[in-house]
Amino acid sequence: MNRTTTTLAAVAGPLLLASVLTACGTSGGSDTAGEPAAQGFTAPDVPMQESLGQKEGEVGILAWPGYAEDGTNDKTVDWVTPFEKQTGCQANVKYFGTSDEALNLMKTGEYDVVSASGDASLRLIASGDAAPVNTDLLKSYADIQPFLKDRDWNSVNGQMYGIPQGWGANLLMYRTDKVKPAPTGWDAVFEKDSPYAGKITAYDSPIYIADAALHLMNTQPDLGIKNPYALDQKQLDAAVAVLKDQRPQVSEYWSDYLKEQQAFTSGDTVLGTTWQFIANLAQADKVPVEAVFPSDGSTGWSDTWMISAKSKHPNCAYAWMDYIASPKVNAQSAEWFGEAPANAKACDFTSDKSFCDTFHAADKAYSDQIWYWTTPIQQCLDGRKDVKCTDYGQWTQAWTEIKG
Amino acid sequence: MTFSRGLRATLLGSTVLVLVLVYTPLALVVLNSFNANRSFAWPPRELTLEWWRAAASSEGARAALGTSVEVALLATFLSLVLGTMAALALRRTSFFGRDAVSLLIILPIALPGIVTGIALNNAFRTIFGWELGFLTIVVAHATFCIVTVFNNVQARLRRLGGNLEEASMDLGAGTFTTFRLVTFPMLRSALLAGGLLAFALSFDEIIVTTFTAGAQEQTLPIWIFNNLFRPNQAPVVNVVAAVLILASIVPIMLAQRLSGSSAGMTGAR
Amino acid sequence: MTATSTAADRPPRAGLLHRSPRLRVGLLLTPPMLWLGVAYLGALAALFITAFWGQNSFTGTVERTWTLGNFRDLLTIDVYRTVTARTIGIAALVTVLDAVIAFPVALFMAKVASPRTQRALVVALLMPLWASYLVKAYAWRGMLGTGGLVSWVASPFGLDTPGFGITGLIITLAYLWLPYMVLPIYAGLERLPTSLLEASADLGARSGTTLRRVVLPVAFPAIVAGSVFTFSLTMGDYIAVRIVGGPNQMLGNVVFDNVGAANNLPFAAAVATIPVVVMLVYLALVRRTGALENL
Repeated sequence: MNRTTTTLAAVAGPLLLASVLTACGTSGGSDTAGEPAAQGFTAPDVPMQESLGQKEGEVGILAWPGYAEDGTNDKTVDWVTPFEKQTGCQANVKYFGTSDEALNLMKTGEYDVVSASGDASLRLIASGDAAPVNTDLLKSYADIQPFLKDRDWNSVNGQMYGIPQGWGANLLMYRTDKVKPAPTGWDAVFEKDSPYAGKITAYDSPIYIADAALHLMNTQPDLGIKNPYALDQKQLDAAVAVLKDQRPQVSEYWSDYLKEQQAFTSGDTVLGTTWQFIANLAQADKVPVEAVFPSDGSTGWSDTWMISAKSKHPNCAYAWMDYIASPKVNAQSAEWFGEAPANAKACDFTSDKSFCDTFHAADKAYSDQIWYWTTPIQQCLDGRKDVKCTDYGQWTQAWTEIKG
Repeated sequence: MTFSRGLRATLLGSTVLVLVLVYTPLALVVLNSFNANRSFAWPPRELTLEWWRAAASSEGARAALGTSVEVALLATFLSLVLGTMAALALRRTSFFGRDAVSLLIILPIALPGIVTGIALNNAFRTIFGWELGFLTIVVAHATFCIVTVFNNVQARLRRLGGNLEEASMDLGAGTFTTFRLVTFPMLRSALLAGGLLAFALSFDEIIVTTFTAGAQEQTLPIWIFNNLFRPNQAPVVNVVAAVLILASIVPIMLAQRLSGSSAGMTGAR
Repeated sequence: MTATSTAADRPPRAGLLHRSPRLRVGLLLTPPMLWLGVAYLGALAALFITAFWGQNSFTGTVERTWTLGNFRDLLTIDVYRTVTARTIGIAALVTVLDAVIAFPVALFMAKVASPRTQRALVVALLMPLWASYLVKAYAWRGMLGTGGLVSWVASPFGLDTPGFGITGLIITLAYLWLPYMVLPIYAGLERLPTSLLEASADLGARSGTTLRRVVLPVAFPAIVAGSVFTFSLTMGDYIAVRIVGGPNQMLGNVVFDNVGAANNLPFAAAVATIPVVVMLVYLALVRRTGALENL
């Protein structure tokens, strides 16, 4: 079997529910680009590194599991050791399970770099814990896909606060032998009295509410949803109602790849959301499944490496950011993690030559259709000022009610 | 014989049935460690040794096993000390707080793990200001392991009475000499039984550990949890579990030998 | 030690400890009580104080302003009642199932099997405790799924697997906690003198009567002791339900989702009071049976 297609998401860690899924951006879709008020805060003035100096000999790295593998889980999966040899910076890697954990750890000031997801990245910038990044000092930055630069979740007013790592979309997977005709959009999972009732799966997290909101955005324009992560109470109620209708048709909510892969293999589940690499894994085991990007758009994640404002080893930190985003290493980590690499040249180094095509790594149009995951906050992310939006705590309570 | 033939046959039958039920999933785990399908689909279509090879070279699994054993040993040691002290203290005394003390010792195991977990997590971080790590796991595990030692020792003390110790004291031995030469030998098998149960409790604990381990420390259950969600690693987990099942015979048999009675396992009441 | 020793030869401190039980009890109790009474109870108390606080949703920090909002939500929103009832129901069924399965096995071990078999059986029943909880839960997932072992075995009888859901969950949990029920009952029954059973038989009691009148009363506190384990382990579980429970959730999931994903410790703490209250009530009820000394 091909190890390289069998990458995996960040979902290690006991708090796995929250981990990969909180990988995110503040808002998605090209249609929101250029709306300056989206973040709802002003970035504190933190000085930016002007030039590189002597390396400090060590660097503290905070990473989602899977982004900084050092060979202890699988000898063949190791890109931390070469970094240490190459730069003389000893890497002290700490994995975190949720964005909140990452935030708390970054506040201690003991870590130099962090692989931040969209929600964490903005909060790090707002609280002054993250420093702007001088992209001129990063050789790899030139090769980053243009459509990942200067986005809402990694920059403020055209100033980058990090270097992109990778991104991915939530897809619609189905058993080709059981689901006919082939589904094309999210209607298939939200349809009432579905012929596949009892065999549908959905992602097990409050963030899945955004998928229902996206569905409503397309089917009920009257509700006025402009961004699935900016829902006022009425819009949230509508999304919750959709999910409550879906609940009796759900066989189970999945949270890890193994659970979903088993369910599709045995046929306990025939239709539902997935990640690209899970589909690859299932297909490698000859399960008749297909994963499609839904015609009505989808949700997804995008992660960024950021540097601490209190970094004691800024030169090693820059060295790490340059290294991890360099074509070869970005290819390794993205393949292991199961996402599209941010570096355009990474596609030449993937061990599976079709990897970038499978993950649409260079496909701007594809990326533009994704609403990147973000943690909803009270300030409406779509720029509305006249209402209060619902925050993640409320989404969590709503999710509990949906599951019943 | 005290029971009728029919009843004995029924009991034998149900015991055999239960054993079959208990061992079927375990046999499946061992079988799945050879299953070529990565999500161990049933029935296995193809067998492979690949997972055993991968497991043999997994540093992460070995390190996690080491951490688990260290945590369990330390937690067991702490609970042996604390549990024995508490049991000795409550012996032949009936001060008014006696029941409260018993209840307090039982509480950490009687309250759901997630409650103990988030309570300790919160206390370690905000009240004590500790960073989560190896020691916090040990402290958390010792907390809920005390009860197994306490109960075993208490049961033994109740059965033994205090005559021998009285005699020792009357013959002039001091409190500590008496403990070393008289009380401790009498308690040895009870300590072994309680300690073994404490070790087992700590070794497979995952919920409290989840909340009290730092991101760096991985006990074996945490390693298993993490690796069930890394592709290609789930079958390796089956290998580790299969090895654990087989290896567990050793400490249990050993303990049985040492304690010299079957009852030693459960507290020799 | 020689027979000529006198009280004067004793080390004075030891003598003092011997003469003053109060001092002895005090010294012995201080370390465990500092650990459990101060550290552990303190941690629990701190947690429940947190339940009365709020949370800043943007920064995720706990805001120390007193509020009853968390408990109001808990009491007024239906779903928490439903989840509580479901969790208690599952815990009760798992406990009953385990007691029914464990009793004959423990009785066989304690009173029928030869000492050699007895030893082997204890080993056989303890061994599953060492196989990881997660691995066992996933093994059950494989067995309960469509086309899995359970449906293979059940299909000749015209039955099918219960699949993923409450039934599958109860079976899996009962399996996981079974050793915690068997061992206390076995230990309890072992204490029952065989002569008592013989006396009962000699007096003309039939096996059934002996079981009911002699064995069960002795076994009962032990069963209750085991039930403390099975009940509390089920009340706090959030992992097995995600693996085999289908779309259902238990109290543990609600706590975990709030503290793990949403980082809302105050609300999680409020939800956590439910299993604590349930367990305290349960402990208070079973204390009278003397079960707690059988743990």
